[in-house]
Amino acid sequence: MNEPKSSVCITVNGVEHRCEVPTRLSLVDFLRETLRLTGTHVGCEHGICGACSVILDGDPVRSCLMFAVQADGHSITTVEGLANADGSMSVLQDSFCETHGLQCGYCTPGMLVATHSLLKTNPNPSAGEIRDAISGNLCRCTGYQQIVDAVQLAARRVAAGNGNR
Amino acid sequence: MAEKTSPYGFRYIGAKRRTKEDPRFVTGRGRYAADIQLPGMLHVAIVASPYPSARIRSIESAEALALPGVRYVLAGAELCAAVDALYVGVDAPKVKRYPLADGLVRYAGEWVVAVVAETRAIAEDAVELIEVDYEPLPHLVDPEEAAKPGAVLVHPEHGTNVLYHRKFVWGAVDEAFEKADHRLAFRARWGRSATVPIETFVAVAQWDAGNEILDIWASIQMPKFPDQLARALRLTGNSVRVHFDVDVGGSYGVKRGMKHTLLVSYLAMKLRAPVRFLEDRLENMRGGDMHGPDRIFDMQVAFDHDGIIRAWKIKALDDVGAYAGRSPLQLGKPVSAICGPYRIPAVEYEPTSVMTHKTPQEAVRGFGQSPTNFAMECTIDRVARHLGMDRLELRRKNLIRKEEFPYRIPSGTTYDSGDYHTVLDKALKAADYEGLVRRRDEARRAGRLAGIGVSTCLEPSGGNSSFEPLFNPKNETTTWMDSCLVRVDLNGAVTGVFGTSSSGQGHQTLVSTVVGEVLERDPSGIRVIAADSLNALPSNSPVGSRMAIMLGGAAAGAARKIRDTLLKIGAHNLGLPLSGVTYRDGDVFDTLHPEKRMTWDQLVEVAHRKFHKMPPDIEPGLQAKFVWEVPTGGTLPTEDGQVQMYPCYSFETHVVYVEIDPDTGKPVLQRYVVGHDCGVMINPDIVHGMTYGGVAHGVGAALYEKFAFSEEGQLLSGTFMDYLIPSALEVPEISIVDHCTPSPLTTFGQKGSGEAGYLGGPAAIACAINDALDPIGTAIAETPMSHLALWSLIRAARAKPKMKDAA
Amino acid sequence: MKAAIFEYARAESIAQACSLLAEHGADAKLLAGGQSLVPMMAMRLARPAWLINVNEIAELKSSRRDGAVWVTGAGLRQVDVERDGELARAVPLIRQGLYWVGHIQTKNRGTVGGSLVHADPSAELPLVAQALGASFVLRRNGSERTVAAADFFQAPMVTATEPDECLAEVRWPVWQGERVGSAFDELSIRHGDYAIVAACAQVEVDSAGRCVRAVLGIGGAASVPVSAEAIARSLHGTQLDDTTIEAAVESIGQYLDPGSDVHATAEYRVHLARVLAARVLRRARDHAAGMARGTRA
Repeated sequence: MNEPKSSVCITVNGVEHRCEVPTRLSLVDFLRETLRLTGTHVGCEHGICGACSVILDGDPVRSCLMFAVQADGHSITTVEGLANADGSMSVLQDSFCETHGLQCGYCTPGMLVATHSLLKTNPNPSAGEIRDAISGNLCRCTGYQQIVDAVQLAARRVAAGNGNR
Repeated sequence: MAEKTSPYGFRYIGAKRRTKEDPRFVTGRGRYAADIQLPGMLHVAIVASPYPSARIRSIESAEALALPGVRYVLAGAELCAAVDALYVGVDAPKVKRYPLADGLVRYAGEWVVAVVAETRAIAEDAVELIEVDYEPLPHLVDPEEAAKPGAVLVHPEHGTNVLYHRKFVWGAVDEAFEKADHRLAFRARWGRSATVPIETFVAVAQWDAGNEILDIWASIQMPKFPDQLARALRLTGNSVRVHFDVDVGGSYGVKRGMKHTLLVSYLAMKLRAPVRFLEDRLENMRGGDMHGPDRIFDMQVAFDHDGIIRAWKIKALDDVGAYAGRSPLQLGKPVSAICGPYRIPAVEYEPTSVMTHKTPQEAVRGFGQSPTNFAMECTIDRVARHLGMDRLELRRKNLIRKEEFPYRIPSGTTYDSGDYHTVLDKALKAADYEGLVRRRDEARRAGRLAGIGVSTCLEPSGGNSSFEPLFNPKNETTTWMDSCLVRVDLNGAVTGVFGTSSSGQGHQTLVSTVVGEVLERDPSGIRVIAADSLNALPSNSPVGSRMAIMLGGAAAGAARKIRDTLLKIGAHNLGLPLSGVTYRDGDVFDTLHPEKRMTWDQLVEVAHRKFHKMPPDIEPGLQAKFVWEVPTGGTLPTEDGQVQMYPCYSFETHVVYVEIDPDTGKPVLQRYVVGHDCGVMINPDIVHGMTYGGVAHGVGAALYEKFAFSEEGQLLSGTFMDYLIPSALEVPEISIVDHCTPSPLTTFGQKGSGEAGYLGGPAAIACAINDALDPIGTAIAETPMSHLALWSLIRAARAKPKMKDAA
Repeated sequence: MKAAIFEYARAESIAQACSLLAEHGADAKLLAGGQSLVPMMAMRLARPAWLINVNEIAELKSSRRDGAVWVTGAGLRQVDVERDGELARAVPLIRQGLYWVGHIQTKNRGTVGGSLVHADPSAELPLVAQALGASFVLRRNGSERTVAAADFFQAPMVTATEPDECLAEVRWPVWQGERVGSAFDELSIRHGDYAIVAACAQVEVDSAGRCVRAVLGIGGAASVPVSAEAIARSLHGTQLDDTTIEAAVESIGQYLDPGSDVHATAEYRVHLARVLAARVLRRARDHAAGMARGTRA
């Protein structure tokens, strides 16, 4: 039983990675174990909890439900890639800190990925739209409330033009 | 929203402040146990028992061992001979538990073999190649059957399935029942659920052969973890170094993982290589040993026409699954609040802890209190319904009054402080209770099932462990201290050090805020670290809603020692008596002539460099440790089981409005308000966050979550597709109304809040559901109140002749 | 939860996918969105020896009107189909059904064809396909056949697709009448979960409000999604008033053969089927009336 492998070229947070990966390696394991980008978390490995959410070619997806080989030729953004170009926190990240939209931090990368994507297409979401956008991301700490608050705060701040804090 | 400045008159405590922890998490820079990468690290996968009860005849592993990349296959016989059995919380020494089964398996999912390989995937390949020959044996899933004489035994050596049983009688219970105008009895069931953090349990072990130290990184929240691990490994305590600086991805009680850690520790020492076990979700749900209480309550209550409750009797049968651990003690904590927030002069409590062939139980947020609160609040509502009395009026009559504190309850505990009536009123006002009643009545007139629930519940806090000696006379634990070390370095920067792990509670924020308050220094500049277990200080970990009280108290104590030292240095160098100087903002000055002063930098300089300017008998260097004992701690229970258990009592009242679709049984929570009093809040955002989270957890336990077992002893909800954690669309928007009744026992008047929301949530939701069901003459006293359960009740009620007209 | 080993190939065309299938036959599996297959592989409930990635095949992503049918490529992402306004007007049940499917992260990956071929009996898209009588274009090396929905869904997770066939297109009937209404409803415990029971209906009424055409589908209550044809036919010529609908759906049980599990008993499922069938018929009727008044759902 030899481990079948395949060559891939995957761009992660703007950096191109060319390597050979076992075909069965999940995208999240590739990010965490191969690239050591441990910001993306593993919660259930069967596509329910959303902790492993990443952005694939602009859209949020579950990285436990993809094999790394499928990402060949594609572009991934993880939580490590959400900050501003100068490395400072994005408005959304900063807003999560302001409202304390997290506790243990485990679901947080997935929440950020989901809400970052929401704000791209809907810059002024209602509380209901935010809840819908994060309904595929389970959190056991916050009861979701301060997450909803964070996203609304971020939307207000961007609208008010103080997007760069 | 929190106020920008402290509402309590403090400088930092109670003010809106960002936490110290959040920035690393939002940037993906947390450091969890699964993020630890060590060179040459090996990975573990588990062969689990498919049977709930069986004898292991043989284990064939040659094929697995031949697989390239497989390094070791460990079975129970080898491991059990090499390590000692895990700790048992009650006097049941023959209920032995090891990480791997040896001889007998006692639940489906129990670990039988551990495979070690170069990758987890290869370890899983090897698991499939291992053949275990089992002889199936009879099994038990019904706890009432299990408690009967002659039942199949889960642990034959123990001689019974009962781990603990006692009947406590506090006060003239029988007399009260005899004399009361009314008596009621009913059964309530709390279904098996748990906190189920999104991070599973992870343990990494590395044997440092040069120093003969075992290094551990694990996602733990557990008292006495390093000590228990060392003992089981037959190592000295100072041979185990537990790194408490890993971030833990949620716990709320369950992240104990002693068996996981013992397993990787043994393997790391045996194989002389770092070993990681990253429990996957299937292993976690079935064999992670983290299920919560699973209880049958038989409630009896005696009360008069006017609604005054004279006594109640609570019989609680808890199914802890196949092994003991600390889980029987979850029947012990409720002793600390056995009459709830009510003046009930006589109480009988009969807890029984019983084993079955199911996944073992672990500590869950509230340590048994939330199920008990649920049963008590169902009782209160039934009394009101029986008397035709308004539920709020009944509560107001029986709630302990503000002026009655400190209030001693029949089981020997004194409640520190409270103002329950005011908190209830504030919550009702915030919820627009009258408006809700109108809304409910309109909904009912339109043919819908609508209900309002109100719960009034306590959160015992401050994490004493008096249930240990209460439930096990051989255990004389009377302290449950915590500690903090505060250091000011040569450059004047302040560092706080504590000795346990954090799983989202914000301990760094807590310590920095408290130290900043005492030293009058900006908390944002104060660094706080979790030392490892060899560097660290006595701690009993963040269990039992204790850290605001205990770590907060310890941090304040250490900071005060530093301030006292600075005052002495200042007075000495200003040539003044201690009574003549004042400390402000880190400077020490002549109280009468404030311009005569020593600045913080000067004081620090003296302490670190200028011994010739130090007052006599003061240690140089600025470092102070403070160990705080739980307020009111230090005593053993009396013969009849009276004991001061927890020091502080937080109070919460939930107001919930629910509508149930009568055709599908689907309940929707449409309004949710919590009135909460946990004394002085050190960081309001953190307290509110934990309360929201506790409510969400309560919504799950009340309506969705259950570890269901089949008659065959198989777990039916072992994935996130079947075990239903509520999402943002099931958890309603929640409003919190704060109230502050300071505790007289704590440093700043704070009480605990780590279990807030969960302790009154399921109770209130049950009350709301029952209010909705009342017009059709049916009721439920079982969690989870699933769609199916509600529909079944509604259908049965509608099939009956109508009991009474809809309101 | 790591998948067993497999060989991997990425197909660039339907023809290439078909020849890979022809080569590896029953040991191979097409990987589309993977939102159901990948977790099954992680749990090792599925362990194909070959995995053929069809995500990069452009010709599987077409979406077009073709007379009285709308043709969707099997590889279209669910999110793209859901957002397609023209499709939503032509075959509104697709969007109405997708509202209930999973979450944004799964819809971003999940494909139309993947969901249909996976054929979970409680999934939404198979139900819509069954109710509307969609047809399935299956290709293999050198040949193509079209299978009607009634023949396509054969058992839980089993369709008429042969091991060497690739689902290329799905052809959804477009009801071209003026007064067409449709509705989808389901009971799931949490939003986004697989349905306990799902129901959908589409009706066409004449200017007098009389039903001239109707379909009714039920998912989650039998081994495949079912189309309750006799009930739907019995509504023809009626005003679709509540009483008629209630009476018509009484016999829904004849189509169903539900199982019991931890969340729902068979009895509950039959009851839900009746309740939801009545609801979607009423809503479809109201929707049709609204269409007549010129409002859009």
